[in-house]
Amino acid sequence: MEQTIFYIFSTILVLSAAAVITVRNPVFAALFLVLAFFTSAAIWILLEAEFLALTLVLVYVGAVMVLFLFVVMMLDINLTVLREGFTRYLPVGLLVAIIMVAQLAYIVGPERFGLDKYPAPTPRDADYSNTREIGLVLYTEYLLAFELAAVILVVAIIAAIALTLRKRVKTPLMKPEEQVVVKSKDRVRLLKMATEKQDD
Amino acid sequence: MLEAIQSALSFLPDGLVTLLIILLKIFALLLPLLGAVAYLTLAERKVIGYIQVRIGPNRVGPRGLLQPIADAVKLMFKETILPTNANLFLFILGPILTIGPAMAAWAVVPFDDGMVIADIDAALLYILAMTSLGVYGVIIAGWASNSKYAFLGALRSAAQIVSYEIAMGFALVGVLLAAGSLNLGEIVTAQQGSVIQWFMWPLLPLFLIYFIAGLAETNRAPFDVAEGESEIVAGFHVEYSAMAFSVFFLAEYANIILISLLTAAMFMGGWLSPFEGILPESMLTGGGLGLLLGSGIHWLLLKTAFFMFLFLWIRATYPRYRYDQIMRLGWKVFIPITIVWLMVVAAMVVGNVGPWFD
Repeated sequence: MEQTIFYIFSTILVLSAAAVITVRNPVFAALFLVLAFFTSAAIWILLEAEFLALTLVLVYVGAVMVLFLFVVMMLDINLTVLREGFTRYLPVGLLVAIIMVAQLAYIVGPERFGLDKYPAPTPRDADYSNTREIGLVLYTEYLLAFELAAVILVVAIIAAIALTLRKRVKTPLMKPEEQVVVKSKDRVRLLKMATEKQDD
Repeated sequence: MLEAIQSALSFLPDGLVTLLIILLKIFALLLPLLGAVAYLTLAERKVIGYIQVRIGPNRVGPRGLLQPIADAVKLMFKETILPTNANLFLFILGPILTIGPAMAAWAVVPFDDGMVIADIDAALLYILAMTSLGVYGVIIAGWASNSKYAFLGALRSAAQIVSYEIAMGFALVGVLLAAGSLNLGEIVTAQQGSVIQWFMWPLLPLFLIYFIAGLAETNRAPFDVAEGESEIVAGFHVEYSAMAFSVFFLAEYANIILISLLTAAMFMGGWLSPFEGILPESMLTGGGLGLLLGSGIHWLLLKTAFFMFLFLWIRATYPRYRYDQIMRLGWKVFIPITIVWLMVVAAMVVGNVGPWFD
């Protein structure tokens, strides 16, 4: 049963990953990437890693891909230009792909990750909390690595903000706190004027 | 009752019985939910009507009580118009992707002690993940409609949902800090004791922020710039008609009820009776009055109804926020407050501050 589910999900995952790079429309490509993330989350749930799976959905599907899709939809992409030069770049692309597959096969091969090195996890009870276990090791054993990652992320945030922060001179800066307390006499000036005579 | 069904079905293989029982539970949840959605639309029109000194719908059935049924029949028999230049596959996928997560999130919601479809450990994370998926329906619908109004609405809504999700997530982190669990049932039982024990007191800022962020997440007034009738007609669903249109509204109202129920469960003690710790124990247990005053699903529904009423009350009271004000409120006000209050909560938990964390 579990195996059948695994094969169904991995088929969907592989097909959608292939579709990401083969479909013509970039919006569809982004949506297939969403599907790929979602199915890999489902496979992680089969591995009883529900915290990681839900975080994958929450962070990558719920936030990162939304912004990605946002940008792709806003771009005015000319599809014919995008398709040009496919054969020209094919040899280089193939070379890169072959090297990457070879590297992956070398590292993730059975001599390092075989079943004798990492036996299949034993199924846990229903009340086993994956989240608690991750929290326990993350904040004790791997605290330094965790804090370092946090610092790197903060630096990245500051860098991104610093890169995009420009003072725009022409747009008037609106301050809501000033707008809220404004009174009519600050904006409107009533003038007493003599009525003009109308020509008969 | 479940055991009776289980034994009646014992001639079937075990796996099939489990499947049937899960399906039965899903029906027992979804049918009342859809009924509640239908009557929430009537309640909305009635409540807003009375707030504006009108009567509201009163023609169909006694006091207009059959209005939602008439609406449903009308929407079902209307023609579903498919725009010529729309991307048809995505156009139809949009409403489906909106209603799917809105219904799926209910799987982990507990109604009473043990009364839940999937009693999973990471329930809070699951709900966050599912509600964050709802934004895809909006974006896809807006883009596939091939209409400028729809696209503008989709962009506004997506930016808004992504922004308020952060404040919402932080508010939930506060709840899990206080309860020490991600399981919704355990979060409710952690508030046992008396009204003082409810998390709304130690987590007051998070409670308010969670509810307001919930208003923004569901694109409700005063954060309904995604619909913005006066500016972009109706936003992302302007090209939709008949059932496709109503599916968006089913999802929106299901989300309203979900947010109200979660607020009640996480901050106001869920199904726990407010008379706990005030009335003697003997009055809260046993039959008759004890059933009414003691903890039970009716308290959860009552609290949920209160928050649903707040949704309508707020809609009838406040004008729509300007877009830059929405972003400012989300990023510059809510997120700093939640971060500061998280530290306060953490300090309270570590310092065993009573009466909540001792």
